[in-house]
Amino acid sequence: MENLHFELPGQRVPSRFDAVLVGVVGSGNLEVMLEPGSDPAHCTFAIHTSARGFGPIWEAVVRNFQNQHGLGGVVVSINDMGATPAVVSLRLDQAVASLPDAGGAQI
Amino acid sequence: MNAHTSFAELSARQRVQAMVDVGTFKEFLGPSQRVVSPHLAALGVPYAFDDGAVIGSGTLNANAVLIAAQEGEFMGGGVGEVHGAKLTGLFRRALRDRPAAVLVLAESGGVRLHEANAGLIAVSEVMRALLDVRAAGIPVLMLIGGANGCFGGMGLIAGCADFVVMSDAARMSMSGPEVIESSHGVEEFDARDRALVWRTTGGKHRYLMGDCDRLVEDDVAAFRSAALDLLGQCKQPGAKQPMTLESLRQAHARLQERIENVGDCKDATDIWQRLGVAHPERVGDMEAAEIQALVAREQA
Amino acid sequence: MNWNDLCLALFGPAHGIVRDGDVILGTGQIDPEGRHQEPLTVTVVGTTDHAPIGVETALAQAAVVLDTIEHHPGRPILLLVDTQGQRLRHRDELLCINRYMAHLGCCVDLARRRGHRVIGLVYDQALSGGFITSGLMADACYALPEAEIRVMRLPAMSRVTKISEDVLEQLSQSNPVFAPGVSNYVAMGGIEAIWRDDLRQCLRDALQNPNVQDLRAEHGAARGGRALAADIVQRVLAA
Repeated sequence: MENLHFELPGQRVPSRFDAVLVGVVGSGNLEVMLEPGSDPAHCTFAIHTSARGFGPIWEAVVRNFQNQHGLGGVVVSINDMGATPAVVSLRLDQAVASLPDAGGAQI
Repeated sequence: MNAHTSFAELSARQRVQAMVDVGTFKEFLGPSQRVVSPHLAALGVPYAFDDGAVIGSGTLNANAVLIAAQEGEFMGGGVGEVHGAKLTGLFRRALRDRPAAVLVLAESGGVRLHEANAGLIAVSEVMRALLDVRAAGIPVLMLIGGANGCFGGMGLIAGCADFVVMSDAARMSMSGPEVIESSHGVEEFDARDRALVWRTTGGKHRYLMGDCDRLVEDDVAAFRSAALDLLGQCKQPGAKQPMTLESLRQAHARLQERIENVGDCKDATDIWQRLGVAHPERVGDMEAAEIQALVAREQA
Repeated sequence: MNWNDLCLALFGPAHGIVRDGDVILGTGQIDPEGRHQEPLTVTVVGTTDHAPIGVETALAQAAVVLDTIEHHPGRPILLLVDTQGQRLRHRDELLCINRYMAHLGCCVDLARRRGHRVIGLVYDQALSGGFITSGLMADACYALPEAEIRVMRLPAMSRVTKISEDVLEQLSQSNPVFAPGVSNYVAMGGIEAIWRDDLRQCLRDALQNPNVQDLRAEHGAARGGRALAADIVQRVLAA
């Protein structure tokens, strides 16, 4: 297993929300949970993955995500079983779309 | 919701939301609690924040229910220490809260092999807790609609429930066909013959044999409707009795008769023929409603 | 230990337990206090020769339990476990083996609710479903020291989990979650205790244990083999 942690600056703090979860931890898949974080100027990413040695790729994916969304005051937690970067990006986007701000339903 | 939403294609989490009245689901030990398996990391397998079991309370047409759903995509829905304890806790809570019913949306291969011993004991604890709930007169409904089916220890648990609802997308039994083929060869059970697999353990066959109480299309609304119908049945005066010696004697007699009547049949189509189904070869193509019309079922 | 030697050790040469195929059944008498008291008759039912549990085997055992409930109120029941788990045949799957096995479990459960003390004893092997619906449904399940309890044989487990047999073998030695030894199951709460030496006394003690609640998770926590389960149940109650 590999555990990765990133903290990236961001300004867009979502309105108050309860934790949202998208995806499932199946082969080639991942679950992404968004929770309110204590630091409004950063988005933190905690990644728990069975695919080892892909640190730089994870970093690229989360940086790309932050470039798009610029979230602050959010904790992103991921449990991953070997998803491709494309699937990871998709789930991250789905997670953001689930936030009340985006009109998404809480799950 | 769409006119037709596949139950099989939804995640456990989505199924729960779709089953209960909108906005009524309150999750217990949800993902942000991070109650994860302590055993998986050592095997290089990632945990899930809910350990593949979604549990909580909600209402079904204003009837208070406790509900659980197993995520078939995570570890095949297998029951590990945490997952099992969540289910056991839900049944124990039912004894205290006395809901109108406990609904289990089961999709599982049984004991989670990655947690071996812990999973085995966990399944037993769930079974005991379920039977306590039954003994207290609270109906337990198993809704089986996932592609992974309901096998092994969860198949045993299904056998202990008051009611079983299945779609033909689902299967219920003890062993998967691959396990049987590995043990005794492809002549014993060809796991790649999907039609054979579904004839043997799928919803239509189970319904025709009386091993499930309702057969529905692979549709969320149909599952919900069946659950409501069964709940309504349970509320009739004198409808639901905890297990008694008499009811187990009756069940025993039926199980004995089954062996005598169809125990020598080589295939499900032979059984259906003996049960009086006019065109057994058409069963595979028939809709759930047509199958239900085939068999006059005496109310349990 | 051979089933007959076991029955001799527990009940003496006058025991009335016989073998019918894979099923063993009958009654034995035990002197409950070790002194000159009314001997206690115990129903004995179970399997031998690592029996695969098929529809007939499950039903035959259930019949013994139901007969005891119906004709011998309060009589203790001893479940003797030696099984390789569910029968792996198309026919049993076709006939809905999970119903038959669950039925046995439900009969055992009813016996307990009707006040019959039900004791399980793994005297050789116990695998998965065959164990869940018999020994693990008892008020308490015990084991002989040399017995083994498994979920699945390693080759099949390897195929399903995609973990190599070597790794599984190693885990079976080192990791309590995988080790098949019964002392491990005691630590996890699944087995109440191991029966050694004076088996008759072990049975007497088991019969005297009044507990009817499922405390296995609490035992697993107290004994250190299963740390989380009991606490999670409490958290669900409190949620």
